[in-house]
Amino acid sequence: MEYMLLIYGSEKERASMSEAQRGEIFGEYRAFTDAIVKSGHFKAGAPLQASSTATTVRVKGGKTVTTDGPFAETREQLGGYYLVEAKDLDEATAIAARIPGARFGSVEVRPVLAMALPR
Amino acid sequence: MIADAVGRLYREGSGRILATLIRLLGDFDLAEEVVQEAYAAALEQWPDEGLPCNPRAWLVQAARHKAIDRLRRRTRFAEKIEELAAMQALEEPAGEREDPALRDDQLRLIFTCCHPALAPEAQVALTLRTLCGLSTEEIARAFLVPTTTMAQRLVRAKHKIREAGIPYRVPPPELLSERMDAVMTVVYLVFTEGYAATIGETLIRRELCAEAIRLARLLDALLPDRAEPPALLALLLLHDSRRAARTTPDGDLVLLEDQDRTRWDHAQIAEGLSLVERALRRSPPGPYALQAAIAAVHARAPRAADTDWRQITALYALLLQRFPSPVVALNHAVAVAMSEGPAAGLRLLDSLAARGELSSYHLLPAARADLLRRLGRDEEAAAAYREAIKLTTNAAERRFLERRLAETDDAAHHSGAKRRP
Repeated sequence: MEYMLLIYGSEKERASMSEAQRGEIFGEYRAFTDAIVKSGHFKAGAPLQASSTATTVRVKGGKTVTTDGPFAETREQLGGYYLVEAKDLDEATAIAARIPGARFGSVEVRPVLAMALPR
Repeated sequence: MIADAVGRLYREGSGRILATLIRLLGDFDLAEEVVQEAYAAALEQWPDEGLPCNPRAWLVQAARHKAIDRLRRRTRFAEKIEELAAMQALEEPAGEREDPALRDDQLRLIFTCCHPALAPEAQVALTLRTLCGLSTEEIARAFLVPTTTMAQRLVRAKHKIREAGIPYRVPPPELLSERMDAVMTVVYLVFTEGYAATIGETLIRRELCAEAIRLARLLDALLPDRAEPPALLALLLLHDSRRAARTTPDGDLVLLEDQDRTRWDHAQIAEGLSLVERALRRSPPGPYALQAAIAAVHARAPRAADTDWRQITALYALLLQRFPSPVVALNHAVAVAMSEGPAAGLRLLDSLAARGELSSYHLLPAARADLLRRLGRDEEAAAAYREAIKLTTNAAERRFLERRLAETDDAAHHSGAKRRP
């Protein structure tokens, strides 16, 4: 099964980290990513720019409405994701628990709805 | 006669048969449907054909055939490879020699129903529905929610198991301890739901306690090397042994110290006591073993006055040190009051109240009220009873507290004339 691992954390807390701390976490992310690439679980993944760069789009009555910022203001913001292959939820949550961000914020584990792709 | 036999088999065995069908089919709903159909077939056929020599094997086989029929009909429309694979598994012969596998199936089912990715109330509901064979209506009545709410809760839980890929397996060793905790919690919740409330439908509540004891027994049989199941089973048996003495015929609460101990279930106590000894031989003892040990001290006292409060205080102190919680702290304070006097207990309760952790828990002001009453501080006691009455949601407990308040108010009016020791 495929699972989306959505990494949430406080951007405010991240901003208050020292350069050395951020470097350390970056190193942890690289080691983690290498490990799940090697184990065959990795399908995709990337960090995201801060939510201050987000734009929300809605189409209402045929008209596109574009607004600044994420859909909702929350304490934790979506900061990155991994798409992984895992045999069941236990394996997916075990992978999620190894994401460095799980220690500072939270990781939402969502099964991907399998759909046949148009040929 | 046959209908009774089928009914009994359903209660005692449907969880086991369902567990096997869930493994074979990988689908809770389909498994439930074919197991129901198999029992219906038994009700139809057994009166004519007589009871089969192995009713359980007959039922598993019948459910398999129902499942094969359904899957054939389905696959005619949509060719699903997984279902064909499932059908192959179903074609394998069944029989009594499968017993070890059947046991594993039940264990898998317990761990799946109590998976931490499910909400606690869903874990409890699913366990009662699948392992205990209670109907959705019965579970809804036990938890005082509308049947439709309970049905939705079950549908959502089964949907999540399927779509989120919650595995149907016994957790590997590195996860087992953590998952055992979840399973124990569910069994304990089932029991306390049946035990704590004395209002509502007595029958269904008694059934919850019986089911919790059955589950604890099953876990002990399935995982003989684990320390938690015998400890939990001992705790449940010892608490349940007081059932008949705990309430008056009108449903009013009778305090432990006032209970007629000849009405305790002494066979159950004997079993509980031997299990406690087994549980305590493991070191260090877990939370259920320590609580069971406390219940055992009460069970060993022929009269309330014979209770070894020093030992109970020591056990609570150990429990508090190893598994701290405000409720344990409250019980420890009450035990201290019994062994060292109400003033010592009251000091502990006051510092607990000052921390504000139990501000909505009625038993804290109720315990304070009792100690204040014993110290002859009747007006303060009355105020504490009023606070407890405001916080309790249980009718029997409210009646008890109101009786106590009336007595205390009475004493407060006559205070100065006479002080209680």
